[in-house]
Amino acid sequence: MRPARTTDGVRARPRHPAPGFGRSVWLVATREIVARLRSKAFLISTGILLLISIGSVVAGGIASQNQAHPKVAVVGAAGRLVELTEAFTAVKADDVAAAEALVRAGTVSAAVVPATGDTSPLDVRVIALDSAPLVLLGALSVSPPVSLLEPSPQSGGLAYLVAIGFGLVFFMSAITFGSTIAQSVVEEKQTRVVEILMTTIPVRALLGGKIVGNSVMAFGQIVMIGALVAIGMAATGQSGLLGAIGPSIALFAVFFAFGFVMLAALFAATASMVSRQEDVGSATSPVLVLVMIPYFLVIFFNDNPTVLAIMSYIPFSAPVGMPMRLFLGTAAWWEPLASLAILLAATLMVILLGSRIYANSLLRMGARVTFRQALRG
Amino acid sequence: MLEIRGVTKRYGTRMVLTDLSFGVGGGRLTGFVGANGAGKTTTMRIIVGVLSADSGTVLRDGVPLSVDDRRRFGYMPEERGLYPKMKVGEQLVYLARLHGLSPASARRNTAELLERLGLGERAGDLVQSLSLGNQQRAQIAAALVHDPEFLVLDEPFSGLDPIAVEAVMEVLAGFAAQGAPVLFSSHQLDIVERLCDDLVIIADGEIRANGSRDELRERHSSLRFELRCAGDAGWVRNVPGITVIDLDGGLAVFEADTDAASQAVLRLAVERGPVVSFSRQRPSLAAIFKEVAQ
Repeated sequence: MRPARTTDGVRARPRHPAPGFGRSVWLVATREIVARLRSKAFLISTGILLLISIGSVVAGGIASQNQAHPKVAVVGAAGRLVELTEAFTAVKADDVAAAEALVRAGTVSAAVVPATGDTSPLDVRVIALDSAPLVLLGALSVSPPVSLLEPSPQSGGLAYLVAIGFGLVFFMSAITFGSTIAQSVVEEKQTRVVEILMTTIPVRALLGGKIVGNSVMAFGQIVMIGALVAIGMAATGQSGLLGAIGPSIALFAVFFAFGFVMLAALFAATASMVSRQEDVGSATSPVLVLVMIPYFLVIFFNDNPTVLAIMSYIPFSAPVGMPMRLFLGTAAWWEPLASLAILLAATLMVILLGSRIYANSLLRMGARVTFRQALRG
Repeated sequence: MLEIRGVTKRYGTRMVLTDLSFGVGGGRLTGFVGANGAGKTTTMRIIVGVLSADSGTVLRDGVPLSVDDRRRFGYMPEERGLYPKMKVGEQLVYLARLHGLSPASARRNTAELLERLGLGERAGDLVQSLSLGNQQRAQIAAALVHDPEFLVLDEPFSGLDPIAVEAVMEVLAGFAAQGAPVLFSSHQLDIVERLCDDLVIIADGEIRANGSRDELRERHSSLRFELRCAGDAGWVRNVPGITVIDLDGGLAVFEADTDAASQAVLRLAVERGPVVSFSRQRPSLAAIFKEVAQ
């Protein structure tokens, strides 16, 4: 450090060493986080999102516990047979007539009574109201052994719910924090504080800080949702489901961390091209489309392995596609790594391109900056 | 010493600055005067480095400014702006810390500056809740909070009431007294005239006049004199080499062809009776500006 003397040597002024790049990024990021935490709108929307996720887990748990076995009336020795299935609750009836009355009254879904005559090869006869109770018949039947060539580890209904879950959480978080970062970029541009910031720290440090700050918030929210869902599942006795979905949630968090950084850079760069809050929406709409496409794709095509496979490698949809494939068990061990590498490379490129657009657009006030101007500088 | 050497800037085909050269001396307040659109803001943006010049350099003690030097500027942009939803004090501490100050010295500088600018009680208020004049003071504080080594202020006095103008003038003068170069633009020529040591006049992207205030006045003053005497001054009209501009009883304003002619008038006046005053008229800054900016 040079001695703290001015050119005229009149009086020494304290000379403060400029902060390093990382330190500048951290200061900007901290300000972003504090500004977010002080915003009532942010706290309320986060609270609602957390309540919805914990609520859906708890509701699912309660529903699965209350799902009692269907009741079946039994007469005599047939009761033993029904209990063996472990899928039905036996209600004892005194005789066949009483069992029929219970079926007619709707108290039980069917009745199993001792067989009469030689018409049945089994010892029991089933009584039902208007159609053969297939589930009960299946439980009482003897089936040949079945070999599945391509067993599906997860049921279709659950896969659909998980797809919606991943898609929705990614979509919501990306939109929430993406528009937050876009607004804060335009706020600085609109209030011109950006001119002071530009004389203070490198533009890249400013952009970096905004991305880091908002990504930390978005990632924090995802981790909180994931943790709440896991705790909720464990507490409501759904640990089997947790074991099935847990690794996918963890992978989702990792992909989200990088995927969001990429989206944040895009949101910041496109927002920096306009000068007023009113124009943020139209400027960032191409990025919004990029966020929405994977959401709809995963909902409509979660049972289409080809679409999912493609999705899991395209950087914008990989955060949704790859965890989905891991959950379905259709991804080889190396596939998440390959996809993550592609995502990382794409993120890096987008950051470089984004910071160029950002730096070239910040001081252009008034009319919207064109992509050509923004890229050429 | 800050030196702007041969700076040229064009936007598209429009020439905004043409071969601009001038210096800003350490410890001196330099006023930057020009009409709207003359190129003041562009020049200042180039000096602080938010805009790059097409050609030319900005030097500090003869050496081109480094990135590190640029961080030591205190800058007040033409378009004011701070984060509206941040508290005044927090905002200044944030800017100071971005400049590398420790949290403790950032807080100390903030408190001290707000006190000097009469904003001490508003440190905890949101910027958007301040009146325009107070936002302006906060803006000036933002330019000074990090102990800058150069000050570049774009219209620091616009929108200030007379009390605030005094407070800001005091702060700027105190800052220059520490030896730092201070450059500020202003439309208010009376303030510039009172405050400035040096002047730079710009018009159409070119420097039209440049130098110390007194020197400029000297250079642009003609041989115009004002005489006040006890009796009627009508005789001045008949002195050879003299053109009378204004005559009112004992007051005569005249232009002399030569210094000798003006001395002749003074001699004659003393011979006729008591002389109250005899002085050379110096042009006001407004007059000089009018003359050179056209």
